Amino acid sequence: MKSIQVILPFHLMNLAGIGLTDDLKVEVDEPVCLNAVVDALERDWPPLRGTIRNPYKSTRRPLVRFFACGADISHNPLTEALPEPIQSGEEPLIVIGAIAGG
Amino acid sequence: MTAVRVLAGTRKGAFILTSDAKREDWKVEGPLFAGWEMYHVKGSSVDPNRLYASQSSGWFGQIMQRSDDGGKTWNAIGNEFPYTGEAGTHMWYDGTQHPWEFKRVWHIEPSLTDRDTVYAGVEDAALFKSVDGGMTWKELDGLRRHATGPSWQPGAGGMCLHTILLDPVNPMRIYVAISAAGAFRTDDGGETWKPINRGLVSTFMPNPEAETGHCVHRIALHPSRPEVLYMQKHWDVMRSDNSGDLWTEVSDNLPTDFGFPIDVHAHEPETIYVVPIKSDSEHFPIDGQLQVYRSRTGGNNWEALTNGLPQSNCYVNVLRDAMAVDTLDSCGIYFGTTGGQIYCSSDSGDNWQAIVRDLPAVLSVEVQTLA
Repeated sequence: MKSIQVILPFHLMNLAGIGLTDDLKVEVDEPVCLNAVVDALERDWPPLRGTIRNPYKSTRRPLVRFFACGADISHNPLTEALPEPIQSGEEPLIVIGAIAGG
Repeated sequence: MTAVRVLAGTRKGAFILTSDAKREDWKVEGPLFAGWEMYHVKGSSVDPNRLYASQSSGWFGQIMQRSDDGGKTWNAIGNEFPYTGEAGTHMWYDGTQHPWEFKRVWHIEPSLTDRDTVYAGVEDAALFKSVDGGMTWKELDGLRRHATGPSWQPGAGGMCLHTILLDPVNPMRIYVAISAAGAFRTDDGGETWKPINRGLVSTFMPNPEAETGHCVHRIALHPSRPEVLYMQKHWDVMRSDNSGDLWTEVSDNLPTDFGFPIDVHAHEPETIYVVPIKSDSEHFPIDGQLQVYRSRTGGNNWEALTNGLPQSNCYVNVLRDAMAVDTLDSCGIYFGTTGGQIYCSSDSGDNWQAIVRDLPAVLSVEVQTLA
C-alpha cells in the first residue's frame, strides 16, 4: 500500500463529506495507477462511486481530467503506473472537472 | 398541526418549502446539493419523512440520495442502474440504431404501500425498481424489451421515462410515459407491457396514429378513479376512460394545446389543470401572459386562471414534473417555472401567489400534506 495525495473537485469533496480544506490522502494498493487510486477513493468514500469513472464502461468520465506533476494524464490508460512523485506522496494527483458548460 | 412541504428540484440544487395549512407564509430551505441538477425529489406516502432525490451532473453522473428525517439529513444510496442483459439498441436522431445508454434518473415514484420500494424512470428509457430503499436497483426489462423498443426515438430532451403512475387499487398495474415512445401499461407488476396510444394523433410522424412514437409529455390520474387518465401530449390534451386503451382529445377551447404538465384536483376527479405553452418552437406562454387553465368537466370547457400570475412580459416555461397538488380541504395547486418562481394557489387555482421568485430553473415540484 502507498499513501497517495489527491486533490478532488469542489463538488466531489462536498459529496463525499470531506472538508474543503482537508488534505486528502488515500491508501492505495500497488501497482499504483489511476484505477487503483479511484478504487481506493470509492472504498473510503462510497458516495464517490461512479462519479469519476463511468460504472458501466469503467472508463474516465469525459469531463473529468487527471493531472500529475504538471502534465495532463487524462488520456493515459487507467492501468498505467503513476509517476514516481505521485507514488512517493511528494506530488498530488489532481482530479478536476473540465471547464465546460455554464 | 397540518402542514405542507413542497419539494422542488432545480438546475442548481433542491429546495424545501414549508408552510402551515394557510399556505401564506413560507419557509424556504436550500439549496440542498448546491450546484447539482436535481431532476426530482419525492416523498413516500407511507412514511412522509422518507424522501428520495435524483442528483446528477454532466461531469460526475448520477447520484441518488435518501432522507429519513424529512430532508434534514441525506445519505447517498445506490446509483447503479444496469440494464438487464444485452442492452440492445434504439432509433437515433439520424435513423440509425444507437446503443441503449444510462444517462440519468428523471422521475422517482415511491410505492404506495411500502416505504422501501421505489421505482425510477431513467434516460435512456427504462424502468427500475428497488425493494431496499434505493440501495440496489433492478430493471423491469419487459418494458425496454417490448417489440417496438428498437423503434423508439429520443425527443429533444433525450429518450426519457418521465412519468410513473402506480394504480392505487390494482397493485399489479403501472402506467409509464416515455418521450418520444408514448404511454405504456403493465397489468402484471412490470413483467409485460402494452403500448396504450390508440387515439393519439401526432402529425409530425409518418404514420400519425402509429402504435408508438408519440411524444407524451405527462399523464395523471385521480386515486379514486384510476382507470381515468389525463394526458398532456406534445400537442393535444387527451383523456382515457379505460386505462389508456383509447384516448379522446379534450383540448377544446385552450388557446394552445401544447404544454408539459397536467394534474388533477385532490378532491374533484373531473377537475384538471394544464399550463398552455405557445408552441413546440416557442416554449413560453402566449403574449407573455402566464395562465393556468382549469377544466371542471374532465377536459374541454377550459377557463383561464390568472389572478396573481404575471400577465405581461412573462416568458418562462413550466416543465412536465413541475406541477403538484396538496390534499388539504381547500386543494392547493403548485407549479414551478424555468424562471425560478414557484407559485401556489390555496383555493384550487382561483388565486395565486409566488412562494419564491428567484430560484434556479425549476425542474420538478412535489407536495406533501403532513398531518
